[in-house]
Amino acid sequence: MKLYCLSGHPTLPCNVLKFKSTTIMLDCGLDMTSTLNFLPLPLVQSPRLSNLPGWSLKDGNAFLDKTELIDLSTVDVILISNYHCMMALPYITEHTGFTGTVYATEPTVQIGRLLMEELVNFIERVPKAQSASLWKNKDIQRLLPSPLKDAVEVSTWRRCYTMQEVNSALSKIQLVGYSQKIELFGAVQVTPLSSGYALGSSNWIIQSHYEKVSYVSGSSLLTTHPQPMDQASLKNSDVLVLTGLTQIPTANPDGMVGEFCSNLALTVRNGGNVLVPCYPSGVIYDLLECLYQYIDSAGLSNIPFYFISPVANSSLEFSQIFAEWLCHNKQTKVYLPEPPFPHAELIQTNKLKHYPSLHGDFSSDFRQPCVVFTGHPSLRFGDVVHFMELWGKSSLNTVIFTEPDFSYLEALAPYQPLAMKCIYCPIDTRLNFIQVSKLLKEVQPLHVVCPEQYTQPPPAQSHRMDLMIDCQPPAMSYRRAEVLALPFKRRYEKIEIMPELADSLVPMEIKPGISLATVSAVLHTKDNKHVLQPPPRPTQPTGGKKRKRASDDIPDCKVLKPLLSGSIPVEQFVQALEKHGFSDIKVEDTAKGHIVLLQEAETLIQIEEDSTHIICDNDEMLRVRLRDLVLKFLQKF
Amino acid sequence: MTSGLPVPSQVGHAGISSLIMDPECSQLLPALCSVLADPRQPVADDTCLEKLLDWFKTITEAGSSLLLLQENPCLLGLLCHVLKPQDLSPRVLSFSLRLAGMLAAQEDCFQYLQQGELLPRLFGEAGPLGGAAWTAPSVRSGWIQGLRSLARHPSALCFLADCGAVDTIFSLQGDSSLFVASAAGQLLVHILGLSLQGPAEGHPGLQTGDWPVCAQKIVSHIEESLRSAATPQITQALNVLTTTFGHCHDPWTQVLWGRLSPLVACLLEKDPVPAAHSLVDLLLSVARSPVLSSSSSGLWETLAQTLSHLSPTQAGPLALGILKLQECPQVLRAQAFAVLLQPLTCVLEATAQAPGLLDSLDGTGGASVTVDTLLPSKAACVGLLCRTLAHLELLQPLPQRPSPWPQAPLLGATVTILRLCSGSATPTSDAGGHLCAFLVGCVRVQRAALDFLGTLSQGTGPRELVTQVFAVLLEYLTSPDSSPTVLKKAFQATFRWLQSSPETPGCSDLDPHAHLFLRELLPVLPKRLCSPCWEVRDSGLEFLTQMIGRWGGQAGFRRALLASEVPELTEQLLRDPESYVRASAVAAMGQLSSQGLRVTPASPEHPGGQQKSLLAELLHILSTDSEGFPRRAVMHVFTQWLRDGHADVAGDTERFVARVLQVASQDLDWEVRAQGLELALVFLEQTLGRPSSHCPYAVTPPVAAPPSSLAQALRPLCRVQLFEFAFRALFDCDRPVAQKSCDLLLFLRAQTASYGGPQGSGSVPEVASVEAALQRWQAGDQGQPLGYLEPEVVVAVLRSMDLEGLRGALAESSDRVEKSPQSLLQDVLATVGALGEDEADCY
Repeated sequence: MKLYCLSGHPTLPCNVLKFKSTTIMLDCGLDMTSTLNFLPLPLVQSPRLSNLPGWSLKDGNAFLDKTELIDLSTVDVILISNYHCMMALPYITEHTGFTGTVYATEPTVQIGRLLMEELVNFIERVPKAQSASLWKNKDIQRLLPSPLKDAVEVSTWRRCYTMQEVNSALSKIQLVGYSQKIELFGAVQVTPLSSGYALGSSNWIIQSHYEKVSYVSGSSLLTTHPQPMDQASLKNSDVLVLTGLTQIPTANPDGMVGEFCSNLALTVRNGGNVLVPCYPSGVIYDLLECLYQYIDSAGLSNIPFYFISPVANSSLEFSQIFAEWLCHNKQTKVYLPEPPFPHAELIQTNKLKHYPSLHGDFSSDFRQPCVVFTGHPSLRFGDVVHFMELWGKSSLNTVIFTEPDFSYLEALAPYQPLAMKCIYCPIDTRLNFIQVSKLLKEVQPLHVVCPEQYTQPPPAQSHRMDLMIDCQPPAMSYRRAEVLALPFKRRYEKIEIMPELADSLVPMEIKPGISLATVSAVLHTKDNKHVLQPPPRPTQPTGGKKRKRASDDIPDCKVLKPLLSGSIPVEQFVQALEKHGFSDIKVEDTAKGHIVLLQEAETLIQIEEDSTHIICDNDEMLRVRLRDLVLKFLQKF
Repeated sequence: MTSGLPVPSQVGHAGISSLIMDPECSQLLPALCSVLADPRQPVADDTCLEKLLDWFKTITEAGSSLLLLQENPCLLGLLCHVLKPQDLSPRVLSFSLRLAGMLAAQEDCFQYLQQGELLPRLFGEAGPLGGAAWTAPSVRSGWIQGLRSLARHPSALCFLADCGAVDTIFSLQGDSSLFVASAAGQLLVHILGLSLQGPAEGHPGLQTGDWPVCAQKIVSHIEESLRSAATPQITQALNVLTTTFGHCHDPWTQVLWGRLSPLVACLLEKDPVPAAHSLVDLLLSVARSPVLSSSSSGLWETLAQTLSHLSPTQAGPLALGILKLQECPQVLRAQAFAVLLQPLTCVLEATAQAPGLLDSLDGTGGASVTVDTLLPSKAACVGLLCRTLAHLELLQPLPQRPSPWPQAPLLGATVTILRLCSGSATPTSDAGGHLCAFLVGCVRVQRAALDFLGTLSQGTGPRELVTQVFAVLLEYLTSPDSSPTVLKKAFQATFRWLQSSPETPGCSDLDPHAHLFLRELLPVLPKRLCSPCWEVRDSGLEFLTQMIGRWGGQAGFRRALLASEVPELTEQLLRDPESYVRASAVAAMGQLSSQGLRVTPASPEHPGGQQKSLLAELLHILSTDSEGFPRRAVMHVFTQWLRDGHADVAGDTERFVARVLQVASQDLDWEVRAQGLELALVFLEQTLGRPSSHCPYAVTPPVAAPPSSLAQALRPLCRVQLFEFAFRALFDCDRPVAQKSCDLLLFLRAQTASYGGPQGSGSVPEVASVEAALQRWQAGDQGQPLGYLEPEVVVAVLRSMDLEGLRGALAESSDRVEKSPQSLLQDVLATVGALGEDEADCY
């Protein structure tokens, strides 16, 4: 069993598990941090951005972080754990010769589609006249300014996929529900479990009859909107692959939400605008819910909230219809005449308005001061670029970063100098290390496998021993482009016996509670299932047929030698020998048993626990006599 | 033993009992007894039985129990009746046992009951003790309490010995019911004390061998328990001794301790020390006893030995107890203090603080033991640190605290703990790493450390440590991860440290150091005032109010505050959805306004527009807010404003007072009405020209020369309708309001008397109509207003009213009628339907 690690980003994992002749890809996250090396894509041609010294305007692409560690066309299935971890799917399904199936839950697919759609839309609506790729040549890259010069493996960076590729990729997905058991080629069974992180987010169990591997990726124990995490089903795993922990282990989400609200209120009260760069789904639902409860108390009821994204409408509506994927509290609301999320009420009362982009209706409705939620959190493309340009000059305004995926300082770099206030309130509801250690104590896997980042404290806080995984035995760590042999051997395989064969068995009890029977059968293996079938009956010689079936076709049908069991009591054996006329018998004790010496016949009988040897020179008659004597002491069946 | 005692005379008591029990109760008593004796009429309520016992107790304490029994034979009947085999409820049985014990507390009555062999039947083997009823804990408890009341005289001791009660008490010490077990222990202490009262008194050198049999038996039992291998038994013995030495300081206790101390010392040799908590209690009780601590040799050695034997967790309370002792050898105190400080030493070591700090904290080599206690589990570590901090906090203000007090290392350790909790400390060892992992985000330790840090503000510290204190406080106040309770503590500690920071010589402003801190703090405060969590907004406002109260007059503080968004935000919080926050905002705004710190900027929404005055806004809250807290807060602010002569009030004081009293009189919250009377009193004092006696520091506005005539003096009070308000309050359904109003009117009457002269010559019909109206008010009909009253009428009414009588009536508790024994008896009978009339209903 091997694990191929294709991503070095612990929260955007991509691993391939080879297990019992199946090749399973676990997630395919897209690390987009390399976009930070590029200039923002403005919706309106920005003289400021295009005139920045030392920057050349390049095309903004999305990039894939993969290596040629494994032939991706051999991947049988891809298991997706949440919508953030499927963003690289089109690159794999469309460009590698992949012919397998992708499994994901319905909300994951729907919201994943929204995220991809938004990404494609953001990139495609500002088309580039030309694209440059010569700079990727190593010799030229060396000459580039600092961050680009040091970027590794730029040759693997790819253009953003198209909507056509997205659709084709998504068509390969098969929808699954929590706890649904999916057979893969009869060899293993995979099951998604609720992971509590996002709508439809899942952990996966991959098991055969005797082995169980759990894949935990992006889980949360906090009570937010999704269904709570299913921990019990993770118990008794041989291996637990643990990825997608919180990226900000020192920040408590509750405190950060409080910080978010306070800063928002302070800015708006002073007549400033608030910009929240965010993804169109996920934490935004919880933020809107917090604000729903907060705005009245903070006297902000008159402040408009704008949510601008090509997929804003779908995102807000989808969240309301996935009732079965929501937490219990929200599920029960479905049976009342009220929607699960309060953002519906915000929309009804005109406090929250959503627009596909800042062109069109938005520009006529726009009123300040206001709060704008829009993408993309990298500040490199999307409507957020425009708002940064618009509001960056005034110190009354505030940009509040809530998504932890990008370094906010790097994201802000091309907008400097900036008068706007910047607040960093990363909200990451995924498991922290305290929760992980509780989880591991609870589910007690035999081995834990995790990215190497989790096995040591963060470099900036090397004294924080609490910010790492602490378990016994110590977790096995992996890094990008590494192949890990998972530390357990498969010992057993389940074989079924056909009923008629089972009927014919005659077990003999050899010890109380233990019975044995000899089985003669044909082992039939197909689709990784092993079945013992009754042996074919010996064919009756039929005179009419000229050709006889070759006798070695049915070797088992020869007269069977009985199986022997029991031990030989040496004293009685010697007496029996004497009775049969052997004299001059000498018995020697050895480490493993006894040697009976027949000196006259120059013959040795070596009796050990699990073997008996009769050694005599060329006297077959004698050997057979002695053999028969030995056999008398053993049981046959 | 009893033969020589004088038997109280039974003559001459006739007539006393009637003083004790009134005839109505005597009449009801037989019915009560028959109800209690009837198993078919269960008494539903335990509390009425308790009340009955309380009543009997007052009767027996005031008079002769024997007479009581003789005059009310039904009582004896009840006691005899409960002995019959029947299905009586355990609570009645328990009641009877306790009643019998109470009656037998007097020796003559005891003898009387003994004649009928009643007591042995109640308390001996033949009684409930052997029966099925004994399984009920209430019966066992009643048995013990009965004996506890009974054991008052030497005859009782003989009785106890005869009926073998002491052995039963021994076994009850381990009873499954904690109440019973504890009462059994206390009864043993009581019996021991009683048996040694007579003979052993005055003979401290007496050997225990000469003690009464009963005492010897108890002592042997304690000895046996102390030698036992079972911890519960040792605990019982130690508890009995602790109670004994805690309550009784007779010389015989010295003999007892002399005999038992070697056994107690033996306990220390076991590993682990059994019943450590009880042992600590005992040793401290011995050390606190004036008889034992002065004489017993080896006590201090035992204490020292115990300190070194116990685990740090167990030794903490002992160390604190030792340090609290008034007199104690210096060496022992030093050892105790070292034990107490060990966990903090470990903390300092784990983060490798300057070695100088360590030296003064640790004198012994016990730190490694402490490390072993701190590190195995988070719970142990957190528990030990919290306890240590709480102990030191208790110790800090005491006069007998160790000297020199290691202020600097304690500050260092507390700051380090707080930084470990926030994850900002850098541990330098493995132990430190573990400690850090345990403490990060631990709210319990944060709270305890912040409390202690606040206490430490009473002392001074080196400059750089004070800087660290302010830095760590700022870190907590800024961090989004601080929980609301931690934040509140951080605010409190901050205020205490700011308060104690040295003032700049020459001016009473904050010192430059604190100023710098304030400059960093003020940007944090607005964020806290905008928190989604109301507790945070509330504690932020409380902190602000304290700060303005203390430094509102200082130029530096004023400048910093006015430059921030705080005043404006505070005003917005007057409309907060949470009533506590509104109340705190009212208090803060009151302070801001008093200090002239309220900003009235031309906001973009109302350019140049007139902002609503704060007075109007507060009046609006007073008359419309649905919750009591903000309205109470407004009344406090108004009273303070009136007292201080606030500008908004001083302009037209009469109109202000009239308006406030009018609104307050309609308020449904009695505290608001009571505060209205407080405000009325301030106004009254200011009007009558008497300096306020309530607040010696208040600035009294320059009062014009005292009005010449009484009528002139009273006229302003009449104009603001103060009397209507006060009279209405006098008949308020809430007693505190009525009492306060009564006091106010009495004060006013005394004031009017000082003017002398034949005033109060108001027209008679007017006075009569006012009095008639007041009578209607008293009867509950408060609809009709009094209208404007002339000063003369007021004086006449005041003089005609029986205010003293009213005050007396108000001083009595309102449930005096319901508490009478007669009412109690009637209640008991009524609940079981034994008052007659409805018996036929059953058929």
